[in-house]
Amino acid sequence: MPDILFRDAIKLGLQEALDNDPSVFIMGEDIGAYGGAYAVTDGLLDQYGPERIKDTPISEATFIGAGIGAAIAGLRPVIELMSISFSLVGFDQIVNMAANIRYMSGGQVNVPMVLRAPTGAGVQLAATHSQSFETWLCEVPGLKCVCPSTPYDALGLIRSAIKDDNPVFVAEPAMLYSKKGEIPNEYYEVPIGKANVIKSGSDVSLFSYGHGIKIISETANYLEKNGINAELVDLRSLNPIDTITISNSVRKTNRVVLVDTARKTGGVMSEVASLITENSVDWLDGPIVTVGSDNVPWPYNHDLEKKAFVDVQSVVKAFEKGYGV
Amino acid sequence: MPRTRRSKKIKNTSSGNSFHDRDALLGLFKQMYLIRQFEITCGEQYSQGNIRGFLHLYIGQEATGVGVLSQLSKDDYVITHYRDHGHALARGLDVNRSMAELFGKSTGLSKGKGGSMHLFDVSKKFMGGHAIVAGQLPVAAGLSLAQKYKNEEGITVCFFGDGATNQGVYHETLNLAAVWQLPILFVLENNGYGMGSSIERVRAGGTDFYPGVSTYGIDTAEVDGMDVLAVREATRAAIDKIRSNSSPYFIECKTFRFVGHSYADGQKYRDNDEIKSWRNKDPVETFPKYLINQNMSTDQEISDIKSKIDKQIDQAVKFAENSPNPPMSELYKDIYRD
Ligand SMILES: Cc1ncc(C[n+]2csc(CCOP(=O)(O)OP(=O)(O)O)c2C)c(N)n1
Ligand SMILES: [Mg+2]
Repeated sequence: MPDILFRDAIKLGLQEALDNDPSVFIMGEDIGAYGGAYAVTDGLLDQYGPERIKDTPISEATFIGAGIGAAIAGLRPVIELMSISFSLVGFDQIVNMAANIRYMSGGQVNVPMVLRAPTGAGVQLAATHSQSFETWLCEVPGLKCVCPSTPYDALGLIRSAIKDDNPVFVAEPAMLYSKKGEIPNEYYEVPIGKANVIKSGSDVSLFSYGHGIKIISETANYLEKNGINAELVDLRSLNPIDTITISNSVRKTNRVVLVDTARKTGGVMSEVASLITENSVDWLDGPIVTVGSDNVPWPYNHDLEKKAFVDVQSVVKAFEKGYGV
Repeated sequence: MPRTRRSKKIKNTSSGNSFHDRDALLGLFKQMYLIRQFEITCGEQYSQGNIRGFLHLYIGQEATGVGVLSQLSKDDYVITHYRDHGHALARGLDVNRSMAELFGKSTGLSKGKGGSMHLFDVSKKFMGGHAIVAGQLPVAAGLSLAQKYKNEEGITVCFFGDGATNQGVYHETLNLAAVWQLPILFVLENNGYGMGSSIERVRAGGTDFYPGVSTYGIDTAEVDGMDVLAVREATRAAIDKIRSNSSPYFIECKTFRFVGHSYADGQKYRDNDEIKSWRNKDPVETFPKYLINQNMSTDQEISDIKSKIDKQIDQAVKFAENSPNPPMSELYKDIYRD
């Protein structure tokens, strides 16, 4: 089981796809000569050449749209965005076009395209560069949306995403690129639509995804010391959401804490809360506790940003308040 | 249909003699040197961890911002992108408060909430650094629309880089400004690169942008962006034209950033010779030499100016260091107007 950086796990998935499928190519801003804003594609231009590692102009709307066209015509583009915030410049293409085309054509055309982008706050990039728009993207039918929390999941999900015949958005927590984790030598995939029970427990289910996994893991360690045995669930896939794994966990522990690192209002966990209410309300011993980052534009100042960002303390506090422990 | 007008090539006019009084010229040098020292200091403070996030320095491009902004009046709006420190200082934004913003302090221009890429001072009609590439262009059109609507004297100056010209809104804004004949000055700071992408790799039609702009019926000029006097002269002419015709104008400044795109950039995509050859035109070095040659200043005077500004920057760092962080309550303020 070799150790690998999160960014290198994604790169490995890209390399495999480029090696095995000539219809796969990569495009994005400064992914070639510059090596990628987060160095995920570093070295790929030398390895695969400019036909397959395509530097684009700063034209998100157009190169996303071009990706759709290429996908419809039989290629499998993987598109890197420098930040999920810049997806907004191409939102029309992603939502109106990529996600809807198959449906509108009555199933005649597929868009096997992957969009990848760093997401999330935490490094003082201020309001325009710190957002987490997987919360918007995961609402769109026709578009799948995943968010890995480990190098293992990053590789497994990128493999599945590139093989998928639908458009898939891979939100990559920017804070995780330099984190290490193990991957097996044998080939594996992480199926889109399957949550991961990271740790099984009996007293409370803690749900999150992406960078939030670190927070619920630390919360679980804290609770453990107080004799509370938490189950940890990583959603991994935000659309489709794994309702079965969620229900099973809730019905087992009867207590729920949901954690978003994105802004709490309109976050992914709002949807999870709604699903739990629909499916498992009779199994609950108390309220569905939802915690997220503050509903503010992300500030530049370090202390303010830290304050806005959800942390272990606030999760513990919300749990204790919700369940009177 | 707006008429297509011819592009005018503005020559190096360092030897020209319009509005060449000594104080004005020394003022240009002071501003360029202030920006240079501010930026060098920002780099140092970044490596010490006092400034964080993204830091895009203006080193090398000083003549452009200073030349353009020297010709504005207080009624004019200025709007720019994330490489905004030079524009902010040349517009006369407070040096202490600018530095404090980069430190994220409560005394900063935006109370520490915006940081390096988002400097604002509405009292100086400085309407922001904006960090989404080309995002400021349509907003600039709106500022000048309001000026025209309200019959105001002022015009709007909008700075952007070569990379921004590949966004749709760049073209859409040029078109709108021409269709509505807005009093706006577009200033393209063509520094040859958008991050690691040289123009040739991402733009069809060569490395000159102004010829394409004239297809929108907008007057254009090309100018040596390393020559502060040439930039100043081109701007003067442009502004006169904008005011008399109430129509847009476009200046392309050929310039260069001597340093990486942001502080983290190793510059693998270009070679040292290119950087060196541009450094020979460094306006912060060549312009004071020119002034001395023309007997408009002396070595002594230049070095006095420099040490005064060095002290001013030291002061700004102290001011920023000693300023408090914003209180936590600031997190929830300024989202809506009450
Ligand atoms: C919509 C969008 N896409 C990408 C980026 C990332 N980015 C920031 S600056 C930049 C290069 C811009 O180059 P240019 O306009 O030439 O300005 P310069 O940095 O050279 O001053 C890029 C790609 C961004 N901020 N916004
Ligand atoms: Mg540029």
